Amino acid sequence: MIELMLSAALVMFGLAGAIALIRIIIGPSLPDRIIALDMIGVILVSVVAVISVILNTRAFLEVILILAILAFISTIAFSRYIERGAIIERKRDR
Amino acid sequence: MYKTNDLILRTTTSLIAFMMLGFAIYLLIAGHNAPGGGFVGGLLTAGAVLLMYMAYGTEAVEKMIPINFTTLVPIGLAVAVGTGVGSFIFNQPFLSHTFGYFTFPIFGEIELATAMLFDVGVYLTVVGVVMTIILTIANDR
Repeated sequence: MIELMLSAALVMFGLAGAIALIRIIIGPSLPDRIIALDMIGVILVSVVAVISVILNTRAFLEVILILAILAFISTIAFSRYIERGAIIERKRDR
Repeated sequence: MYKTNDLILRTTTSLIAFMMLGFAIYLLIAGHNAPGGGFVGGLLTAGAVLLMYMAYGTEAVEKMIPINFTTLVPIGLAVAVGTGVGSFIFNQPFLSHTFGYFTFPIFGEIELATAMLFDVGVYLTVVGVVMTIILTIANDR
């Protein structure tokens, strides 16, 4: 029973990822694509969590934390690129 | 052009960067018996420093962390080679490693291995290489 529920959760995460991928492909503006990319990162974190429950192991918990941190950093880098044009600025106040 | 305000980003950075540095140290130390090691720890440390660079700008971070990251590469390589050369002192082949059990007041008995020193060398090298690449590309206009 629990395996059926976990498999159904994986299928639904796959559907959500596919829908976010459609938004990345047809997204009219750049912020749409960035938000969809961040959403795919969150979906990947959930998928890794569910898979680690299915495989009955604790070896993937670091992967979850690192994926979340990398999605956060990449979203901030993309946002700064859209807003300022430079990711790392030289002066603090400009 | 309107003046931008990064208050939320800076407050979040000052919290999350310390969490990331702590997690990087955990990955470096836990690499012997769990997933992790010097490479991932170095990459995560570079990610934390990169987050500080993105939030505060180059000049402020250079005041906060007065380290030239290029010099970390030869230091890390010297540490890694030094653990290999050090085995010659005890008449062992190159890169022979050993371990022992030591008792500490709070933590109790801990297994300490000399492979840890090699991992520290890998860590310093990875941090130096990644930060050198990122800062070189970022300053190239």
